[in-house]
Amino acid sequence: MTYEHHDYDVLIIGAGGAGLRAAIEAKQSGLSVAILTKSLLGKAHTVMAEGGMAAAMGNVYPEDNWMVHFRDTMRGGKYLNNYRMAELHAKESPARVRELEQWGALFDRTKDGKILQRDFGGHRYARLAHVGDRTGLELIRTLQQKVVSMGTDVFMEVKVLRLVHDADGRVAGCVAYRRPTGEFITFGAKAVILATGGAGKSWQFTSNSWEGTGDGHAMALWAGANLIDMECIQFHPTGMVWPLSVRGLLVTEGVRGDGGVLRNSEGRRFMFDYVAPMFRAETAESEEEADKWYDDHTAGRRPPELLPRDEVARAINAEVKAGRGSPHGGVYLDIATRRSAEFIRRRLPSMYHQFMELAGVDITREAMEIGPTCHYIMGGVQVDADTAATAARGLFAAGEVAGGMHGANRLGGNSLSDLVVFGKRAGEGAVRYIAAGDVAGQMNDHQVEAAVAEALAPFEREEGENPYDIQRDLQEMMQANVGIIRTQSELEYARGQLETFTERIRNIKVKGGRAYNPGWNLATDLPAMITVCKAVTIGATLRKESRGGHTREDFPSADPEFAKFNFAHSTNGGNWDSEIVTKESTLLTMPDELKALLEEAK
Amino acid sequence: MTDVTMRVWRGDANGGDFEEYHVTQNEGEVVLDIIHRIQATEAPDLACRWNCKAGKCGSCAAEINGKPRLMCMTRMDTLPEGTVTVTPMKTFPIIRDLVTDVSFNFAQAERVPALLPPPMPEDGYRMYQEDVTRGQEFRKCIECFMCQDVCHVIRDHEGNKQHYAGPRFFIRYAELEMHPLDTNDRRDLVREDMGLGYCNITKCCTEVCPEHIKITDNAIIPLKERVVDAHYDPVAWLGRKIRRRTKRSASDAAVQPAP
Repeated sequence: MTYEHHDYDVLIIGAGGAGLRAAIEAKQSGLSVAILTKSLLGKAHTVMAEGGMAAAMGNVYPEDNWMVHFRDTMRGGKYLNNYRMAELHAKESPARVRELEQWGALFDRTKDGKILQRDFGGHRYARLAHVGDRTGLELIRTLQQKVVSMGTDVFMEVKVLRLVHDADGRVAGCVAYRRPTGEFITFGAKAVILATGGAGKSWQFTSNSWEGTGDGHAMALWAGANLIDMECIQFHPTGMVWPLSVRGLLVTEGVRGDGGVLRNSEGRRFMFDYVAPMFRAETAESEEEADKWYDDHTAGRRPPELLPRDEVARAINAEVKAGRGSPHGGVYLDIATRRSAEFIRRRLPSMYHQFMELAGVDITREAMEIGPTCHYIMGGVQVDADTAATAARGLFAAGEVAGGMHGANRLGGNSLSDLVVFGKRAGEGAVRYIAAGDVAGQMNDHQVEAAVAEALAPFEREEGENPYDIQRDLQEMMQANVGIIRTQSELEYARGQLETFTERIRNIKVKGGRAYNPGWNLATDLPAMITVCKAVTIGATLRKESRGGHTREDFPSADPEFAKFNFAHSTNGGNWDSEIVTKESTLLTMPDELKALLEEAK
Repeated sequence: MTDVTMRVWRGDANGGDFEEYHVTQNEGEVVLDIIHRIQATEAPDLACRWNCKAGKCGSCAAEINGKPRLMCMTRMDTLPEGTVTVTPMKTFPIIRDLVTDVSFNFAQAERVPALLPPPMPEDGYRMYQEDVTRGQEFRKCIECFMCQDVCHVIRDHEGNKQHYAGPRFFIRYAELEMHPLDTNDRRDLVREDMGLGYCNITKCCTEVCPEHIKITDNAIIPLKERVVDAHYDPVAWLGRKIRRRTKRSASDAAVQPAP
């Protein structure tokens, strides 16, 4: 069969912060570039980021620098990070933030006209460049407008089914379909950059949009790259819990950065009871001490509400389990009694709006009811820190789909800066790879035809299951068994269940035609979702310890032996239902001068 | 839990009709929840756009009981009792069901001459909060395109799309014109090619803006004043004839090197 076909030098899959930043870099080198996105341009999940982007610019606290940021990131990640990514990120993020202003971004300002920075969990100094609580919107709009002004080709509402190799096994392009028409389309490319974001849509309560189905994670695995740290999932401590319609919707960490505190049903600031030994030296012991810190970081130590996200999420979970939760199974986030209504509306306008319109709660008068929500996957495609290259030749990955940068737990604000630091590096990596000359040839037609046949199969079955039923059951199963607190028996049960889900996906029946058919679109997302769920569950079963975004009830503490490697997954066969093979992949050895930075902190 | 009757427009470019669905409605639900319930049960092929379900991405704009609204931010319990009617945005061509072809807006975005700032000092630009606040209001825009949908210049006159950018892009031009770093001049472009003069400030756009941007008062009217000053003020006209403009032309701004 022949399909609509396009050839480019660099093909970028995903149009969030990382994809757009990669496109700018590749385009500037004079290569032909196309961006593919499942949605319209400017709607990617980056738009939902609220609090800010972390960069040690030192605009508020001049004593801040890349070394402190590096140390905070490694500690937050419980030392499972790819140290080189954390190093590059800490060093380069200030320049990546500043250049956005050249392209039109308007951050909030300090009194002397510099970019204002706010406090966030796990960051020693106020470090997050921001625009109120809509920083992600500012980032995506700035990059989008830059990309458009450069004349980059953007293919909107195109769903990529899988990557395609050439005869020598290099990644040579992809096969996709246009959602509005359902017509297939193929792209040939010398280099492909994955920037597809996360995978949170496989959990019941999530802050992720429908797009977060792990397409890039799965496609990379099928194409021969490795996935690491998949068991490390970030449950953001503060998602909305009521009404059910908005359960999981994000409440920015900026609420706590700006003075909000967590209370249980008894009114107690319970976070003081949950300070882990590694954070005790730098955390306040009393409410009085903590409250001094907001205005002057030298007057007291940090409030425990601003511990890294994994710590706070576990504490909330424990309070609810102990029967001290709110009526709808969360706890209270209170800023109303601590800051003026004017301050709250100015600093947190979209939170005010969100609670007022969706929950009928005025956050300047009442506490918010919140609880943990599946937010971010630290795990992802194993990449070379400097070039974003993966184990599959010709394939690069940046942003949430890449693994290693955040280790076992990501600090708030490090995601937006990750996107632009490694988006740029992936663009450069692809350009250099192409310049070296050993690039892919013709795409393998058999792989294209196999993907098309697989995508069309749900229309041809006489009988079968509604994809929405499978998705709902999968989300409930993952939430119940591979959620925030895990245990061996539940994980083993989940692994068995995932085999059943594989069978159910093989038996999907789709109603209607191919043109803009959400049921069919979901049917083509499910193979990626199940692939990601399997890798997460395998990793969670094998990591018999608790570390960052992976908490085991049966192994509640961290085990130093497990800090030496990542679990790396690959496939036998490269299909969505192929067996996943898991190995230990030793962490990079850190140079002594960086080790010294971490030693100083201990 | 109550039951609600939804009348949803189903069809494509060749035509279509309303279909009725009787659906369960739970406490606190928004219109998009009900549409999702219809998809998950009776009509998995019911087409609608959505992403964030939090009023931040602007994907799920539709006309609810005849008014442009975000489906994700419209609570069912705020609508009058009785049947709820959901139709696609009228100003844009239908793709399927509630999904319209909004490419008009992306074509307009391509025509905007980019920001043209002076070279950046090593430690970044200095700008003051009072100078960026105006632009920040316009940059709250989530590109739901409901202001474009409701603007009668293009809603009622298809032919005007050839020479009218619409409110979403007037706030974009206003933002750039008011940007503290910009050295570009788009005033002639806005007057001659973007059809600013067609807007007769009925404020329909401001009324539907989910971000509460004062599109007419803070963007369109000031933009009209700037254009008028530049074009019709005899002193400014004479000055332009005598000395070269200090601002650069639009085409210079299209591609700038990164630092």
